[in-house]
Amino acid sequence: MIRDVEVLVIGGGPAGLCAAKAAADSGAHVLLLERDDTPGGQLVKQTHKFFGSERQFAGTRGFQIGEMLVDEINAHENIELMTDATVLGMYEDGIVTVLKDEKHLKLRPVKTIIATGAAEKFLTFPNNDLPGIYGAGAVQTLMNVGGVKPADKVVMVGAGNIGLIVSYQMLQAGVEVECVVEALPNIGGFLVHASKLRRAGVPILTRWTVKEAYGNGKLEGVILCQLDDKWQQIPGTEKDVPCDTLCLAVGLTPLAELAWQAGARCEYIRELSGHVPICDENLMTTVEGLYCAGDVSGIEEASSAMVEGRLAGYAVAVALGYDVENAQKEVDAAKAELVELRSGPMGGKIRAGIAKVEQKRGEA
Amino acid sequence: MLINDGIPTAEDLAKVLPSEERLNKGPIAITECFQEIACNPCVAACPHHAISMEPDINATPKVDPDKCIGCRVCVAKCPGLAIFVVDMTQSEGTAAVTFPFEYIPVPEKGQLACGLNRAGEEMGWFPVLRAVSGGKKNLTYMITLEVPKELAMEVRNIKAGGYRDGK
Repeated sequence: MIRDVEVLVIGGGPAGLCAAKAAADSGAHVLLLERDDTPGGQLVKQTHKFFGSERQFAGTRGFQIGEMLVDEINAHENIELMTDATVLGMYEDGIVTVLKDEKHLKLRPVKTIIATGAAEKFLTFPNNDLPGIYGAGAVQTLMNVGGVKPADKVVMVGAGNIGLIVSYQMLQAGVEVECVVEALPNIGGFLVHASKLRRAGVPILTRWTVKEAYGNGKLEGVILCQLDDKWQQIPGTEKDVPCDTLCLAVGLTPLAELAWQAGARCEYIRELSGHVPICDENLMTTVEGLYCAGDVSGIEEASSAMVEGRLAGYAVAVALGYDVENAQKEVDAAKAELVELRSGPMGGKIRAGIAKVEQKRGEA
Repeated sequence: MLINDGIPTAEDLAKVLPSEERLNKGPIAITECFQEIACNPCVAACPHHAISMEPDINATPKVDPDKCIGCRVCVAKCPGLAIFVVDMTQSEGTAAVTFPFEYIPVPEKGQLACGLNRAGEEMGWFPVLRAVSGGKKNLTYMITLEVPKELAMEVRNIKAGGYRDGK
């Protein structure tokens, strides 16, 4: 049996939650699918205060924003939330198949918003398969969701926001953070996060990398070394750092497979960190009625993901004819917010990525 | 340099430090926020409208030395934990430095804590004058430490735990 759905939102993270709420507030009926057993996405483990402005809940901790959004979704009569529900495929005829409780569901949505987020990248070096080598996301889940101290002594790879924030949270959990190593010449994350770590005594080593890991059956230490301007390891700079955990925070890549499957045009755009669907200014892909919001269309801060979710949700409402005047106002407001969030020096990369998307769109 | 080790330089600090004349008048907030990022909760947090950000949310904050009374409200509100309050009038030889703190255990008033500078180096043991919670939702503590005047622009944190009792 095929179930008809008015608005299908795939993914219950910051973008998906905001998209569902925006569409439902306008009067549309929404089915929100979440693969995990609880909604919230990465917000559930963000114990730091968010940046941005009041409209993106700045100053509030990420998990508190998640709780707030989930409460609103649960209380909303126009939204049905389905957890433990994994989307398996999107077909040319518009049918979406879902695995839920060992059952294969078939949905026929009028509009779909993909908000599947991103996956962590990995790093290649000898013995990188030793137990004790984690992605930063896993460490954060162990600590902040499971309440488990994930390590005694850790080396963090990556001084972007995730590497800096997870290092800080490990310090808070009582883990000894030996150092943060970063291959780039500069710290990529917010400098206030870096300063916070540094004044707690954690060195941040730029132009350093992991040469290899070692250990008998589990991680016992890593060999770090310096890099030259051409990214080559400098012989003689090796440093042996004993540790029981190595944490990798070397970037994210968009989870755009569903958009591919549905036939949306995707392109590799370096500044957006991978293959991304080419979307218009309302975040609609090249497939009519199929939208993308959040990290799936380019890696950015969670604040922007929430605004993109709102933008896509209201754009869908306009397209369906719900509360059009107000929804259009909200679409325009969300666009203006995104311009503001991306207008500073830290937004240079995302602006360049979006410019490339616009150029590709023009070529079609 | 700040951009590759996380430690603000003297040139960075020169942009945000109040004049000596103002420092000698009483407590004032110092925003050690040097990077243009999209963030502005400090502006709304200030009950005295002493913090401004122009032209937009991406600018770094500016503290009006005449309006700021050093009330410390902004210290727990800044998401970057980058605002400090320095009171050079604590006593003849000492200053009171207030900074945000998010570790356990939290020191108690009267205990001695090990002060750390911006590089995390130990600067000595100093009395805790105040340890105030930012609230149930905010969860950041504001710790005020009494340090010798010459360390007022150095001490920016304490080592978590190992606090000593009394003098």
